[in-house]
Amino acid sequence: MTTKEYESYYVPAHSKWPIVGAFALFLIAFGAGNYVHDLNNNSSGYGGYLLIAGFALIIYMVYGWFSNVINESMAGRYSHQMDNSFRQGMSWFIFSEVMFFAAFFGALLYARQFAVPWLGGAGNNAMTAEVLWPEFTASWPLLKTPDGTETNEMGWYGLPLINTVLLLTSSITAHFAHVALEQNKRSQLKVWMVLTISLGIAFLFFQVQEYGHGYSEEMQLYLTSGIYGNTFYLLTGFHGMHVTLGVIMLTVMFIRILKGHFTPNNHFAFQAASWYWHFVDVVWVMLFIFVYII
Amino acid sequence: MTTEVLTEDLSEHNQHHKMTGIKRWLYTTNHKDIGTLYLWFSFIMFLTGGALAMIIRMELFQPGLQIVEPDFFNQLTTVHGLIMVFGAIMPAFTGLANWMLPMMIGAPDMALPRLNNWSFWILPFAFAILIGSFFMESGAPNFGWTFYAPLSTTYSNGSTAFFVFAVHIMGISSIMGAINIVVTIMNLRAPGMTYMKMPLFVWTFFITAYLLIAVMPVLAGVVTMVLTDTYFGTSFFNAAGGGDPVMFQHIFWFFGHPEVYIMILPAFGIVSTTIPTFARKKLFGYSSMVYATASIALLSFIVWAHHMFTTGMPLFGELFFMYCTMLIAVPTGVKVFNWMATMWRGSMTFETPMLFSIAFVILFTIGGFSGLMLALTPVDFQYHDTYFVVAHFHYVLVTGSLFSIYAGAYYWLPKWTGHMYNDVLSKWHFWCSLISVNLLFFPMHFLGLAGMPRRIPDYALQFADFNKWISIGGFAFGLSQLIFLVVVIKCIKGGEKAPAKPWEGAEGLEWTVPSPAPYHTFSTPPKID
Amino acid sequence: MKRRNLGWLSLGSLLSYSAWADMPLNLTQGATEVSRNVYDLHMLVLYICTGIGIIVFGIMFWSMIFHRKSKGAKSASFHESTKIEILWTAIPIVILIAMAVPATSTLIEMEDNSNADVTIQITGSQWKWHYKYFDQGIEYYSVLSTPREQYENHQSNSAIKNEHYLLEVDKPLVIPANKKVRFLMTSDDVIHSWWVPAFAVKQDANPGFINEAWTKVDQPGIYRGQCAELCGKDHGFMPIVVEVKSEADYQNWLIEQQQLIAQSAEAEKASLNSSLAMDELMQLGEQVYLANCAACHQPTGLGLPPAFPALKNSPVATGDINEHIITVFNGRVGTGMQGYGKQLTLKEIAAVVTYERNAWGNNTGDSVQPADVNAAVAK
Ligand code: HEA
Ligand code: HEA
Ligand code: HEC
Ligand code: CUA
Ligand SMILES: [Cu+2]
Repeated sequence: MTTKEYESYYVPAHSKWPIVGAFALFLIAFGAGNYVHDLNNNSSGYGGYLLIAGFALIIYMVYGWFSNVINESMAGRYSHQMDNSFRQGMSWFIFSEVMFFAAFFGALLYARQFAVPWLGGAGNNAMTAEVLWPEFTASWPLLKTPDGTETNEMGWYGLPLINTVLLLTSSITAHFAHVALEQNKRSQLKVWMVLTISLGIAFLFFQVQEYGHGYSEEMQLYLTSGIYGNTFYLLTGFHGMHVTLGVIMLTVMFIRILKGHFTPNNHFAFQAASWYWHFVDVVWVMLFIFVYII
Repeated sequence: MTTEVLTEDLSEHNQHHKMTGIKRWLYTTNHKDIGTLYLWFSFIMFLTGGALAMIIRMELFQPGLQIVEPDFFNQLTTVHGLIMVFGAIMPAFTGLANWMLPMMIGAPDMALPRLNNWSFWILPFAFAILIGSFFMESGAPNFGWTFYAPLSTTYSNGSTAFFVFAVHIMGISSIMGAINIVVTIMNLRAPGMTYMKMPLFVWTFFITAYLLIAVMPVLAGVVTMVLTDTYFGTSFFNAAGGGDPVMFQHIFWFFGHPEVYIMILPAFGIVSTTIPTFARKKLFGYSSMVYATASIALLSFIVWAHHMFTTGMPLFGELFFMYCTMLIAVPTGVKVFNWMATMWRGSMTFETPMLFSIAFVILFTIGGFSGLMLALTPVDFQYHDTYFVVAHFHYVLVTGSLFSIYAGAYYWLPKWTGHMYNDVLSKWHFWCSLISVNLLFFPMHFLGLAGMPRRIPDYALQFADFNKWISIGGFAFGLSQLIFLVVVIKCIKGGEKAPAKPWEGAEGLEWTVPSPAPYHTFSTPPKID
Repeated sequence: MKRRNLGWLSLGSLLSYSAWADMPLNLTQGATEVSRNVYDLHMLVLYICTGIGIIVFGIMFWSMIFHRKSKGAKSASFHESTKIEILWTAIPIVILIAMAVPATSTLIEMEDNSNADVTIQITGSQWKWHYKYFDQGIEYYSVLSTPREQYENHQSNSAIKNEHYLLEVDKPLVIPANKKVRFLMTSDDVIHSWWVPAFAVKQDANPGFINEAWTKVDQPGIYRGQCAELCGKDHGFMPIVVEVKSEADYQNWLIEQQQLIAQSAEAEKASLNSSLAMDELMQLGEQVYLANCAACHQPTGLGLPPAFPALKNSPVATGDINEHIITVFNGRVGTGMQGYGKQLTLKEIAAVVTYERNAWGNNTGDSVQPADVNAAVAK
C-alpha cells in the first residue's frame, strides 16, 4: 500500500440513505410484529401495510444508496483500497450468513442426535420414554411425533436432485461469467449471466413445486409436522429466500452489464453477487446432504 | 495533517461540507459524530435501564408485594437486562470504537462510513419497539433476558413478536457495526502499523468484532425459532413434536456466552491503555495480552453449557463444560497479572481514569472469582439461579464493563471536547460509585448463598435485612451516576483548555492531533516507525 | 475478600435494627453427604480465590502506595518476560487441576441415580408441585400455604407474616431418612427447577423430559426450598417443603395415606348421590377458588387479561354449564389453564363451578352438583 492510496480514501460527506434504511427496518420490524400479532388473534390491523411500506422503503433505499455508490465508482473515486474494504465487508457479511444457517443446522443436528433419541429413551432418559412417551419410538426422519402427528419423508431423488444439479450448474455458469468478465468478453458474459439467472429461477420454480408436493394430501408434510417438518421448511425456506435475493442481485448485475458497467479489473459489485451465489450453492449442498439424504 | 479528504456527495447536489442542526446527526458519515451518537444513546439507555432497576430495588426493599405486580416485576427484570446488555454496554463500546479506532490506527474514518451511520440509527428504533411494548396491552416481555422456551413461546404474552423483531434489527445493527470495525482494522491501518504494533485497545475490538459476527446471527436464528414456535405451530422447543426446550438453551447460550465476553474484552482494551499511561510504564507483556485475548475468545465458544448445568445434561457434557470453563481463568489471569506487573515499579498518579481502571481490575477479578466458583458443576447446583449469580454478573458487568467505560470516557473526554473535565466532581463520582456499588452488589453473594432465588418479586423473611441495604446501595449508586452526567455536560460547555496530550504518560496516535480532535483526522496517513 | 466481608458486616450490624443472625452468611452444609461434599468444595474454592486475591491485590496496593509519583517513584523500563508469563500461566493451571479433581468425584457421585429405595415423580406446573410415589398409588399437589393477605401489602397494611413466610406449603413431600430417594423431575408446562439447598439437589423440570436426581438424608426434619427457574408470574410463590421422617414414621405415613385415599374414593362415590345446598356450594367454591384459581383469575374474577381471562361475565362462566365444567376439568392444552380433574374432587369442582357462575355478578343462579360434573366429563 502506498501513501497515495490513503490520500484518496473516499469518505462521503453525508447521506440520507442510512436513516431512510433505519426507518425502513423500523417499519418492517414493527409492521411484522403487528402482522404476526394480528394473525394470531385473528384480528385485522395495519401491520401488513406497515410491513409492505417498510419493504417498499427499503427497496427505495437500496436503489438510492447503490446509485450513489455506482456513480461514485464510475466517477473513479474508489481507490484500490476502497475496493478492498468492500470485498472484506462482503466476505464477513457472508460469514455472518453462514452462522445464521449454522443455528438452524445446529437445531437439526441436535434434534436428530439428541432430542429425538432421548425422547425414545436413549442415554440416561429411560424414564422419559417409559413414563412420558410409552408409545413413541425414535427414528429419523421423525415421521410420527411423540404426540402422534404423522407425516411422510421427502425423498432426495426427483425434485431435490434436479434442484441440486440446477444449482450446481448455475454456480459453474456464474464462474464462467466471471471469467468472461475478466477477459472482457462481453457477449459471452451476457450469455452466462442469462443462463445463471435462468437456472436460479428454475430452481425456485421447482422448490415451489416441491412445497406443493409436501403440502399435498399424500405427503402431509407441513410446517407444523413436528421437528422434521420444522427443520425441513425452515432450512429450505430460508435457503429459498436467499436464492431469491441472489437472483435479484444477479439480475441487477445483468442490467448493469447491459448498461456497460464493470471493467475486467473493477467489478466489485459483480463479484459480490457471484460470491453470494456460490455461498447459496454451498448451503444447498449442505442442505441436500443433511436434510434430504441422511 | 489537515488536508481534506475527498468528501463531495454526488447525489445530493449539496456541496456543504459539514451540515448543521439535526440533519448533521441524521445524515452524518463522520466516525466522530457517529461515536458521539452511540455514546449518548448508550448513556440514555443506561439511565433507562437503571430506572427500571430502581423500581426493582424499591419492590425488593422489604418483603411483601409493594408497588408492582409479580408479572410486571418480571417485565422489569427482563427489560432491565436487555437494555443494559444491548442498549447500554454494547453501544457504549461501539461508540468508543468509532471515536478512537480510526484515530489510533491513523485512518481517515471508518472503512464503510454510510454503513456506520445505518448501524447506529437502527438502534433507537429497535429500542423504541422494545420499550414501547411496556405500553401495549399485553405488556413487555416477561421471560427474562434469556427468554427460555417454552415460557417465551407457548406461554408468553402477546408482545413476543415485537420482542423478536426488535432483536432482529438490533442484531443487524451489531453485525454491520462489527463488520465495519473488522474491515477498518484490517484495511485502513496507516503504513507501518503492523498487527503487532496496534494498541491493545485496537486488538480487543478486533477480536470482539469477530465474536459479534460469529454469534449475533445465531441469536437471530434462535429468536426466529421462538417466533415460529409461538405463532406458526413449529415445535423446536416442544417435546410433543420431537423438539426439546433444552435445545433452546444450547442455541441461546452458544450466542450468550460469547456475548458476555463481547462485553468484557473491550474493557480489557481500555484499561490496558489507561494503566500504562498513569503508571508511566509500558504495558507489561503486550504480546501475551494479545494471545490471552484471542484464547479467551476461542474458549468462549466451547463453554456455553456452564449456564445449563442443572438442565440434566449427560455427565460427560457437564465435565467437558466444567473443565473448559475453568480454563478461561488462565488467560484472564494472565491479563490481571500483566496489569499488576505494569503497575509494579511504575510512577503512578491517580487521575479519575486511573481510579476507575484500578477499581476495574480489583472488582472485575472478584467477579471473575465468583465466576470460577460457578464453573464448578457440583457447587453450581447450589448457586445456579440465585442472587450469587446476580452478584457475579453485576461485578463483571457493572464494576467491570461499566467502570471501564467510565475510565475510557474520562480518559478521552479532553480529546473529544477540548476541555478538561471537572476533577473534583469526577472524583466524587468515582468514590460515591465505588462505595455504593459494593453496598449494592456485595451482599448479593450472601443472599445467594443463603438461598434467595433470582427473578422473584418477594422473598422469605430472613433475606429482608440484606435486601434493604442492597436497595439503599442501589439508590445511592443510581444517584452517583447523575454526577457523571453533570461532569460531561460541564466538560462539553467549557472548562480548562485541554492540550493535545493532557496525560503525561499517554502514548498513541490520538494524542498527536489537537484537542478537540478536528472533524477529519489523518486525511494523510501518519508515519509509523 | 474476607476482610471486605467483615467490613460490610460490622457496618451493617451497626446500623441495622434487626439481627443478622437470622440469615446464614454462607452456603448451608446441608443434611446429606453430597451436600457436605459440595460445601467443602465451595469452601475450598473460596479459600483459594481469597488467597490469590490477597496476593494479587496485595501486590497492586503495594505498588499503589510505594510506587506513586508523589513519592518520587521513577518508572522502571521492564515490560516483558517470557519466563514469568509461563510461570503465571502454569501455576493457575495447577491450581485449577487441584480444584477439578474433587469437583469431578463429587459430580460423579451426584449423578449416580442407580439403586434407589424409593422413587418419586415430581412434576412442576404453574405454580405448584405434584408428587407421585411410584408403586404406592399416592399422589398429591403441594401448594403455597401463605395466605394472600400476608404478601399483598400494596397499602402496606398486610397481615403479620408467618415465620416461614413464602416457604410453607399445604402438603409437604414426605421421604424416609437414610434411604436413597430418587426423584424423577418433569413439568406440565414451562421449565421449573426443584431445589432444596439442604440436599444440594437442584434439577430442572423440563416439560416432556424426565431428569433424575437423588438424595439420602441423614436427619429427620423439615427442609425448605424454592422453585429456581423463572416460570412466569408466580415463580416466587412456589416453595418446596420436604418432611424427612424416620423409617418407621414414614411407613406409618404411607399407611395413613393409603387409608385417606380409600376414604376419599368413598367420599367421591358418596358425593355422586348427594345434593348440596347452594350456600354450601358457594362457601366451598370460594375456598377452592381462592386456593387454586385466584392466582390467575384473581379474587375479583377479573383475571389479568390478555394472559389470564376474566371469569366475570365470561362467555364460558355464564354460558353452557357443560363447557364450563369441561374447561375446568380438562383444562386447555397449551395454555396456563391446566385440567383440575386430577387435583380436585368432583365435589370441589362442582363447588368452584357453582361459585364462578354466581360470584362477581355472574348471577346465573345455576347450582352444579358432583353428579353433574361426573355426567359432563363422562361424555
Ligand atoms: C462481562 C461479563 C462476564 C464475564 C467476563 C464473565 C466471566 C466468567 N463467568 Fe460469568 N456470567 C455473566 C457475565 C460474565 N461472566 C452473566 C451475565 C451471567 C448470567 C447470565 C444469566 O443467567 O442471566 C454469567 C453466569 C455465569 C455462569 C452460570 C451461572 C449459573 O447460572 O448457574 C458461570 C458458570 O460457570 C459463569 C462463569 C464465568 C467464568 C468462569 C468467567 C471467567 O471468565 C472469569 C475469569 C476471571 C478470573 C478467574 C479472575 C482473574 C484470574 C486470576 C487472578 C488468575 C488466577 C485465578 C485462579 C486460578 C482461580 N458465569
Ligand atoms: C451491563 C449490564 C447491567 C447493569 C449496568 C446493571 C445495573 C444494575 N442492576 Fe442489573 N441486571 C443485568 C445487567 C445489568 N444490571 C442483567 C443482564 C440482569 C438479569 C436479567 C434477567 O434476570 O433476565 C440483571 C438483573 C438485575 C437484578 C435481579 C432481578 C431479578 O433477578 O429479579 C437486580 C436486582 O437488584 C439488578 C439491579 C441492578 C442495579 C441496582 C443496577 C444499577 O447499577 C443501576 C444504576 C443506574 C441507575 C440507577 C440509572 C441512573 C440514575 C437515574 C436514572 C436517576 C434515578 C435514580 C434514582 C431514583 C435513585 N439487576
Ligand atoms: C396458571 C394459571 C391458571 C389457573 C391457576 C387457573 N386458570 Fe383458568 N384459565 C387460565 C388461562 C390462561 C385461561 C385461558 C385459556 C385459553 O386461552 O383458552 C383460562 C381459562 C379458564 C376458563 C375459561 C374462560 C374463558 O372465558 O375462556 C375457565 C372457566 C377457567 N379458566 C376456570 C378456572 C378455574 C375454575 C380454576 C381453578 C380451579 C382456574 N381456572 C385456574 C389460567 C389459569
Ligand atoms: Cu416454578 Cu419457578
Ligand atoms: Cu457464560
